[in-house]
Amino acid sequence: MEANISAKKKTPTKMSFDLFQFLYKYGTIITIIALIILFSLANPSFIQGNNIVNILRSISIVTIIAIGITISLTVNGFDLSVGSVASLSNAVVISMFVWFSQNTFVAIISAMAAALIVGILNSIMIVKMRIPDMLLTLATMFIIQGTALTYTKGATVSQNMVMPDGKMAEGLISPFFSKIGQVPWIILIMVVVVVVVHIFLTYTKHGRYMYVIGGNTEAARLSGIPVNKYKVAAYLLSALFAAIGGIVLASRVMTSEINSGAPYLMDSVAAAFIGFSVLGAGKPNAFGTFVGAVLIGILANGLVMMSVPYFAMDIVKGTVLAFALAITYYKQK
Amino acid sequence: MTTLEMKNVSIEFPGVKALNGVDFSVESGKTHALIGANGAGKSTLMKVLSGAYDHYTGEILMDGQALSIRSPKSAMDSGIQIVYQEVDTALIPYLTVAENIMLMDTVHNMGKKQWVNWKQMHSKAATILSEINLTLNTKKLVSELTLAEKQMVLIARAVSKECKFLILDEPTAPLSHTETNELFRIVLELKRRNVGIIFISHRLPEIFKICDEITIMRNGEVVERQRVSDTTQNKVVEHMLGQELGEQFPERSITFGNTVLEVKGLTDREKIKGFSMQVRAGEIVGIAGLVGAGKTEFCKALFGAEGKLVAGEIKVNGKRVSVKNPYEAVKNGLALVPEERRKEGILVNESVESNLSVVNLGRFSKELSFLDRKKEKLVAKALINRLGIKTPSEETKVQNLSGGNQQKVAIGKWLVAEADVYIFDEPTKGVDVGAKKDIFNLIVELASRGKAIIYASSEASEIMGITNRVYILYDGKSVKELETNSTNEEELLFYSTGGR
Ligand SMILES: Nc1ncnc2c1ncn2[C@@H]1O[C@H](COP(=O)(O)OP(=O)(O)OP(=O)(O)O)[C@@H](O)[C@H]1O
Ligand SMILES: [Mg+2]
Repeated sequence: MEANISAKKKTPTKMSFDLFQFLYKYGTIITIIALIILFSLANPSFIQGNNIVNILRSISIVTIIAIGITISLTVNGFDLSVGSVASLSNAVVISMFVWFSQNTFVAIISAMAAALIVGILNSIMIVKMRIPDMLLTLATMFIIQGTALTYTKGATVSQNMVMPDGKMAEGLISPFFSKIGQVPWIILIMVVVVVVVHIFLTYTKHGRYMYVIGGNTEAARLSGIPVNKYKVAAYLLSALFAAIGGIVLASRVMTSEINSGAPYLMDSVAAAFIGFSVLGAGKPNAFGTFVGAVLIGILANGLVMMSVPYFAMDIVKGTVLAFALAITYYKQK
Repeated sequence: MTTLEMKNVSIEFPGVKALNGVDFSVESGKTHALIGANGAGKSTLMKVLSGAYDHYTGEILMDGQALSIRSPKSAMDSGIQIVYQEVDTALIPYLTVAENIMLMDTVHNMGKKQWVNWKQMHSKAATILSEINLTLNTKKLVSELTLAEKQMVLIARAVSKECKFLILDEPTAPLSHTETNELFRIVLELKRRNVGIIFISHRLPEIFKICDEITIMRNGEVVERQRVSDTTQNKVVEHMLGQELGEQFPERSITFGNTVLEVKGLTDREKIKGFSMQVRAGEIVGIAGLVGAGKTEFCKALFGAEGKLVAGEIKVNGKRVSVKNPYEAVKNGLALVPEERRKEGILVNESVESNLSVVNLGRFSKELSFLDRKKEKLVAKALINRLGIKTPSEETKVQNLSGGNQQKVAIGKWLVAEADVYIFDEPTKGVDVGAKKDIFNLIVELASRGKAIIYASSEASEIMGITNRVYILYDGKSVKELETNSTNEEELLFYSTGGR
């Protein structure tokens, strides 16, 4: 009922009705533009090409991981394990080079395989055991975090590290691999991921099925859509993109820190949820997620430039996010 | 006697003028029927009256005094209570009957009190229930109740506050025969206590049984207001549709092709026991039985929807098939139009267009599974025309269509799929007489194209009107098979109630 009451005022209030509709669609984008203007006024170097590339580079890992979450959201799921999957694939890819002196191809494939195993685990437990998505992926988040830690024996993996037997690790990271995490490749990878997933979700049969499942699982099932297959696919894709995020991260830092992927989880979740409202989509979507990531990236970058102390950053970041969401959702439903 | 009047009420939604200068009035102590085709604006008018919308124009008066009704609370405070058709939207399933009945009291009348007095709550709820002669354990959880009982809880809640007028929006659509009678008893009891009842229903016989007055709506306007005793069912239908209905049931074919569907010993884990049947091409086979006899369970089991078949064999076109889930069912040429359309049949948040294409997106896909949006739109438009779906455009969300039009969408999507066997589970529930006729025509047309049709319904008149042959279900078992031509409603009812 309440839903119907709102938003649909008649002629006398036509102006305000349009305004809210407008804000719902463009709220996030307006916030982004406002922030750009604000930061540029405060520090003109903010809009210099250099810095823009900087921002894009800084959001690419968040965006790639957030795209995975977005896919899990389309089937009305929620994958919280992406952060730890990124850590795991980061650890695997670096260790393949450093410990086992493998080539780039093997290293990347192993990292993706590790992630897909997690995806399979997630989807079997969710589809067959019917454990609610968020709870199960919360559990796998811990398991995988622990697995990654155990695998690296709680140490940072890097070239020339000292192995338990006292010798130095001999493997080297291939020069080709180190390119992945550098401009322009890192940005290109992000753009390709966003565009491909956007096309997949919006223009293909499979994307439509995923949204249908997310909208009404029971009706989808009775329409003859193989719901479980698509749910499995969603979790596999989600893990796969988390793995790509982890691999790109590995290439960027050239080491594997403990829990390196964990910090990306919350930013990715935020980006995906902000994405719901972008251009009035009202549902998870790849382009929106990208815009969400841009918003977060601009904030982080601008705040550093304005020399907001690091310990106070999260306060400002959270506040601006709440603001962006407020102008989007105010007066909606 | 109190009079409640609505004067010159209009309301618009994007793309539709749902109400156009409507005048409507009811008196306390009377039962007043509100009737009209799907999408005529009945529910909308009642939502205005109960404060669900605040963007209408026009006046609401009680005994000549203007009321300002712009929120549900202001309507309730004026003594206007409503029981919506979708009862589940108004109940809190994991709370008890007593808590649900006393909800309004807890929300509005607690004042400065902070503590819940459980004993008092249960005793008050019990009093209210007994006042309208209902026996229901107040400590039961609402999630354990049947649909009919849930409705009773809502009625009890409505009368727990001052209730001068009670609106019942299609209350009988999901009820069985006995449950309906029980509801009528309560309605008459309330009427005796001088409550004015507004009663929306698509079942004319009911209206002629319990209503004093009738208001007929068409296309957002009131076209007629009369005493029930001064009119006839045919005249009411004529006003409703703006034309005569003519023969409700279309001519059925009597020559059939080969056996398309053969079911042997179908048994599910809970209800269905050893059900066997065959359906030939072009034949319409009814599944009759009371509400609760297992018709829905049978339809779902056949379609693999319950996922718990324990025994039985299904053959389509002579070939044995495995139907473990709906996906396999569809692949093997089965189609199901389920009973609970909002929950199972349609995607309320999606457009009419994507609802219509969802069953067979393959048909709208190009290479690499890319969607052909143009073709999708074209087919959607054609279907909207063919089925007479009332919608501003094919891009409208199904949520905003009226109940009957949602049902047409639920049926329409299967027409795209080209199945061999169509299973209809109560397809006319909540559908107006005109649309019913459209649906019957559609079904007969499918049959004439050589499809095998299964038609499950608890309405004996529909079984008699549209089927060629009928199986009667009683407590999960097929107790009788009859040729429709050589039987009658009495015989159907006899076997449906366990007679042998
Ligand atoms: N929130 C809304 N947004 C847009 N259109 C609406 C909305 N609510 C109702 N309508 C439109 O208003 C018209 C009247 O709908 P209403 O639900 O009142 O019909 P009804 O007479 O109750 O029909 P039914 O017998 O099928 O329940 C329909 O065309 C419907 O599509
Ligand atoms: Mg209605």
